[in-house]
Amino acid sequence: MSDTLFILFSVLTLACAAMVVVNKNAVNAAMFLLLSLVGMAGLFITLDAALLAFVLILVYAGAVVALFLFIVMLLDTKGTTKKLNKLTIAASGFGGLLLLLSVNFIFKRMQLPTPVVGVAIPSFKNYAEQLFTVYLLPVQVVGFLLLIAMLGVIVLSKKFKNTEAAK
Amino acid sequence: MIHASLNAYLLVSVLLFILGFFGVLLRKNTLVIFMCLELMLLASTLALVAFSKYNGTLDGNVFVFFILTVAAAEVAVGLAIIVALFRQRHTVQVEELNFLKN
Repeated sequence: MSDTLFILFSVLTLACAAMVVVNKNAVNAAMFLLLSLVGMAGLFITLDAALLAFVLILVYAGAVVALFLFIVMLLDTKGTTKKLNKLTIAASGFGGLLLLLSVNFIFKRMQLPTPVVGVAIPSFKNYAEQLFTVYLLPVQVVGFLLLIAMLGVIVLSKKFKNTEAAK
Repeated sequence: MIHASLNAYLLVSVLLFILGFFGVLLRKNTLVIFMCLELMLLASTLALVAFSKYNGTLDGNVFVFFILTVAAAEVAVGLAIIVALFRQRHTVQVEELNFLKN
């Protein structure tokens, strides 16, 4: 049962990710990104991380993809002629080589840990315990980071008179 | 038949990362490049969650929590930069955004 779900969700994730890369239309790419995120949330559930799946759907599907769609529709994104230079082709070859090497490494040589069962079940209580004891400082830092990001976005979106003049 | 072992999860993670990598290389639209960056980030989170489960700890999961928060901040700032860029140059295609070159 778990294997069937794993194969279903991984195929959904990978196929939709491939469509994000291949698709010409940016709106369709954002929609396929959304579907890919749903598959990823399913994969998280098969890994017993249901809370992370909820957060992924809330943050990514609710906020990030909506923001992407908003910006894509706000900006006029016309397609241009695709011309690949030599550096891009070389980098693509490098990427393919990286893929082959990684797959070879994962299936042949990697020393995997023996699966440990039932030590830390990711429940809400365990998350809260970790976040408010061990990871208290990172939580504060991340909150501050969100504040700075919000201020940065406000400053970036504001129209300044001197930049208009410089143009 | 692939069974859902750690290897299988890592394979999915690697494939997703490479897909995002190719997207960043081959696409010309800045917004789509940004989406492919998100795909690469998601691939790394999948690997973290899989390792966390198979090691029997919670640390990887908590780390993914922080990664999601930082990714949300990153998307907000990145899209604001793209909008500011569009306001100045009226394009989001990467080959037309070379005004720092000369």
